[in-house]
Amino acid sequence: MARHVYSERCRSKSAFFGAYLLIAGFLTAVAPIAAAAREKDEHFGLPEVKFINEQVAAGWSDAKLKPSEPASDQEWCRRVHLDIIGRVPTVRELDDYVADSSPVKRADLVGRLLGDDYVDEYARNWADVWTTVLVGRSLENDNVNRSGMRQWLRRSFSKNVPYDRFVSELVTASGVNKAGEKGFNGATNFLSGKLEDNGIQATAKTAQVFLGLQVQCTQCHNHPFNKGKQNQFWEFNAFFRQVRALRKFEGTRDVQAIELVDEDWAGEGGNASQAELYYELRNGQMKVAYPVFIDGTTVDSTGYLPAKMDDGTEYGVNRRQALAQLIVDSPLMPRAAVNRIWSHFFGYGFTRPIDDLGEHNAPSHPELLDGLGERFRGQSFDTKELIRWITLSHAYSLSSRIGKGNAADDPAVGEKPKFSHFYLRQMRPEELYQSLLTATEADQAEEKGEKAARKKDEWLSQFIIAFGTDEGDEATTFNGSIPQVLMMFNGDLVKTATGTGKGGFLDRVAASGMTNAQRIDSLYAAALARKPTRKEIKLANQMMVARKGDAISALQDIWWAVLNSNEFIINH
Amino acid sequence: MSASSRLIDGMSRRHFMSHAAGAAALAAPATAFTNSILANAADLKKRHKSAILLWMGGGPSTMDIWDLKPGAATGGPFKPISTSADGIQICEHMPLMAQQMHHMSLVRSMSTREADHMRGRYYMHTGYVPNPNVEHPSYGAVIAHELADQVPDLEIPPFVSVGSGSVGPGFLGMSWSPFVVDSNGNVRNLDMGIDPTRLSQRLEMLSAIEEKFIGEKRGASSDDHAKVLSKTVKLMTSDQMESFKVMKEPKDVQDRYGNTGFGRGCLMARRLVEQGVPFVEVDLGGWDNHADIFKTLSDNKLPELDKAMAALVSDLAERGLLDDTAIIWMGEFSRTPNINGNGGRDHWARSWSVAVGGAGFKRGVVVGETSSDGKEVVTEPYSAQDLMASVLKSLDISLETTFTAKNGRPMKIANAGKVIKELFA
Repeated sequence: MARHVYSERCRSKSAFFGAYLLIAGFLTAVAPIAAAAREKDEHFGLPEVKFINEQVAAGWSDAKLKPSEPASDQEWCRRVHLDIIGRVPTVRELDDYVADSSPVKRADLVGRLLGDDYVDEYARNWADVWTTVLVGRSLENDNVNRSGMRQWLRRSFSKNVPYDRFVSELVTASGVNKAGEKGFNGATNFLSGKLEDNGIQATAKTAQVFLGLQVQCTQCHNHPFNKGKQNQFWEFNAFFRQVRALRKFEGTRDVQAIELVDEDWAGEGGNASQAELYYELRNGQMKVAYPVFIDGTTVDSTGYLPAKMDDGTEYGVNRRQALAQLIVDSPLMPRAAVNRIWSHFFGYGFTRPIDDLGEHNAPSHPELLDGLGERFRGQSFDTKELIRWITLSHAYSLSSRIGKGNAADDPAVGEKPKFSHFYLRQMRPEELYQSLLTATEADQAEEKGEKAARKKDEWLSQFIIAFGTDEGDEATTFNGSIPQVLMMFNGDLVKTATGTGKGGFLDRVAASGMTNAQRIDSLYAAALARKPTRKEIKLANQMMVARKGDAISALQDIWWAVLNSNEFIINH
Repeated sequence: MSASSRLIDGMSRRHFMSHAAGAAALAAPATAFTNSILANAADLKKRHKSAILLWMGGGPSTMDIWDLKPGAATGGPFKPISTSADGIQICEHMPLMAQQMHHMSLVRSMSTREADHMRGRYYMHTGYVPNPNVEHPSYGAVIAHELADQVPDLEIPPFVSVGSGSVGPGFLGMSWSPFVVDSNGNVRNLDMGIDPTRLSQRLEMLSAIEEKFIGEKRGASSDDHAKVLSKTVKLMTSDQMESFKVMKEPKDVQDRYGNTGFGRGCLMARRLVEQGVPFVEVDLGGWDNHADIFKTLSDNKLPELDKAMAALVSDLAERGLLDDTAIIWMGEFSRTPNINGNGGRDHWARSWSVAVGGAGFKRGVVVGETSSDGKEVVTEPYSAQDLMASVLKSLDISLETTFTAKNGRPMKIANAGKVIKELFA
């Protein structure tokens, strides 16, 4: 929590410098101090930002790249809103930021977006991101209660629960997965749908999401191109053998809920004090496995949960709790977290895919990845601090316009990312949805919380494709292809956003007493965070003429075009 | 009826054009659209090649379908039956396909190494193992890319995927990505509900924003967006969209394919191929049978597959389309010869079968052989890239074709796989 409210600290520091000058009264001291202040400004006084900047810049000079110019205020403001709170800025937020003349206004804005004013939106955005990571987007899995998952995530992010506790709570969760039921614990939804077939999915996903290890291949055989061995899969799997997923009934009524409980496990050999499992080698031979962490750390192989004997001697192990502790202590955990969060802000992480940090997959910036991981741990896994460091970095401030000096930096063609310009990426569907609500000021009228989230789920489901495998693999057609364009052209969401009904957004713009030019300006600001060009103004005016003075219909046409543009849907 | 819902039938499309042509200035996408209509006024259907991939998501147990091992400990309970192709026997739960096997051939000597779903899916679709630094184009993107010139009057996407999302276009770019529809042929959000003049004015405004953003040189995805916009406009106003409307087929035809998602998908594939679509992929999932495999296959999966696939093959043959249409049946891998403790089979890529037919393929032959327990290929093994090369050859696509990946690296079509010679006369 040390640096939670950055902007205040920074301001008090400049006040301190001011006071120093007054008291000391040495005019000659001004120059070096101003230089020092400028030096500090580049990193906003944060050593972690300095570290990121130095590491990324070293990559530029190695590859002889010249970074792009800084993004405009408007572009940066739009970008940081999208990435931190999952929507475009309102016209007011944009105007306020552009008008702010403080040299540390970027730090101030990040501080606000991470602060109390935006805590609900922050939590909603990161709950969306993590719901997808933990349980996917498909609504099909009966053993997952998305609402319960999301409620738990929202609470965690609104309290800024440290990342190590967050991971531990997910891995060890017990209780009922559905909100409103007795014993509710939404965190159980991470595992509730992954425990069938002896918890194969729980094993694979836990390793993948929290450690950046792809172990699913080693279920059946040694990994073809890394050091992963089949025994490691099953030794990791052994940590999930005490947990049971029970379907909840109320009398005879199926309440559509799952309860996760830990129970003593007798093992497949029937000896609970040496609770073992068996797996089959490719040649048919059976092998035995006990709980062993990925780094070789062994855990007592008893299947009994912790308890006391009559004489007071303690015995037993809760295997999931033991696993959570091993994950949290592992150097892999902060690396995996940093890689995921970095990729959220830059579109690319240090490895591809971001959740494969195995030795065969060398990261683009190994020192930066390790160093940020250590600093994240050093900051007690405060996710908001990590976000602050990333968003205040030089790389994050750059324009997406590619110059002559960095055309080679193009991860879309398979190059390792050098972060010498901002990489274009399409909004996630959740961001688009939220941005349309914001741009049309419909969010104030919308239901809040879970009801709104379920509506969003239903809308999203049109883009989800399940692959029909036991592993629940899925993809999305919200990928820039025709169905997405059709949705933006003609779908209900955009129809509503461009509606001309009384009291709606366009109606309010039309009735606002602004000139037509001002109205067009405000549409451009709301969606694109910029002013229209001369050519665009000309076309807009032609539209006014074509609609024969029916201003609201003309605004509707312009608004439709703006919302359908590449510039709107692409985070730049 | 609103103006734009009339746009999808032929008459009102011409009506649309008269409006659009009258508009003062046209947006680029709409102009391209006008030109393509004018250029193709003569609606002469040339012979064109197509391919249909029947994708069996999850990994079907091919030793229970195409390569039975009766009597072996690994063989399972199913019995082989004779078919219309001399000397070819297949599973007893595929009686309708048994009557069509003279149109098809089997490769019983597939041997691959990717037994993870996502990796296997990628490998079998592209001929390349997954690589973090380059995305390879799938069958659909490659074939659509190579054959699209044969159907210049095609207004709907050249790569259609029914049910599943398939694998994407990789470095060929978003405009070759699969157009995914559900098996009922419903395409969402086709109707804008405004008159054509106004639509073209909107598109003009939109083009101005698109062009400005592209001109600022921020990366390829801004151009891709504009290309997909243009394709969407074309499709929205095309009467070729009718070919998705599988429910308009006579009831007896629908019944013949089976009233299942896969059945309708196969029927739609036939309609799309008739319209000129170069590549259609139809998905049938549910083959990941780690438990209770035999009941699932005999009661559920095989009857659904048998009915739809047999109807498709016989329809294509009867309509004279089979000689120009390749059919490929495959999944990402197969399943273990050993039956596990839950009465299921697990993932297995070492020895398995695929079925192909139509286009330039020799019919009614079996290529390759597995050992008596099904665990080894005992003849020359074939890979995903060999199969892909063979499919391309059956469509007269040159195997000398080399693509340039976005990073400038040359990439041989089908990963330079070798044609499976026995599949050709």
